Amino acid sequence: MASPLAPEDRPLSPHLQVWRWHVTMLASILNRATGTALVGGLIGLVLWLLAMAAGAPYYQSVKDVLSTPFGKVILYGLVFSAAFHTLAGLRHLMWDAGRGFKPGTAEITAWLAIILALLAPLGVWALAGA
Amino acid sequence: MSGRHGTSHFIAERVSAIALLLLLPWFVISAALSLDGGYDQARAWIRNPINAIGLGLLIAITSYHTQLGLRVIIDDYIGRPLTRWLLLTANTLGAAALAGLGLWAVYTNSIGG
Repeated sequence: MASPLAPEDRPLSPHLQVWRWHVTMLASILNRATGTALVGGLIGLVLWLLAMAAGAPYYQSVKDVLSTPFGKVILYGLVFSAAFHTLAGLRHLMWDAGRGFKPGTAEITAWLAIILALLAPLGVWALAGA
Repeated sequence: MSGRHGTSHFIAERVSAIALLLLLPWFVISAALSLDGGYDQARAWIRNPINAIGLGLLIAITSYHTQLGLRVIIDDYIGRPLTRWLLLTANTLGAAALAGLGLWAVYTNSIGG
């Protein structure tokens, strides 16, 4: 076994800025970012249920916060995150089955995941309004 | 901490993902249709056993899947063993606490007064 290198002698992994930008790279970063954002979504979901358990006035104050422009931006972000992370998960399950690895296919599914996830909140709002 | 358990982690992440593939879209659509009103409407929704069980499963499985995902992020970015151990422990306890609180709240809202 090779002797361990001192930290300063270790080969560096390529820096982010030397990579040509790829949509698949963005999709990979977004998958991790939306997963992390959804931790906030889970905490929010539990707080919403606790407010409901605390009674109608508490529930109403949460609803009031969610009705402000700030609350709507948060909800849009959460629905986008949920949709994107779900679609990115589907891409991963497809790769697990050995499919969709061709660069062209991977780029198309990455674009599809981003575009559909951006549209998802609009669909949910339309559903709520209907 | 997650070293030497790669295969079971991989499988657990995917099995929970497949369950969430059904539960998460169900909840988002159901919320859009039935949870855009006030308190009474929300309580009526959660008193339906199908909704309470679905939401309970969503909270339990999301907590589990989130714990698995955050563990990978901590393993990737945190090099110092003590810091990593502390964060991994906080991650596990936090996920368990969220699941417990969430399930209690679903139960209380569904069955309670």
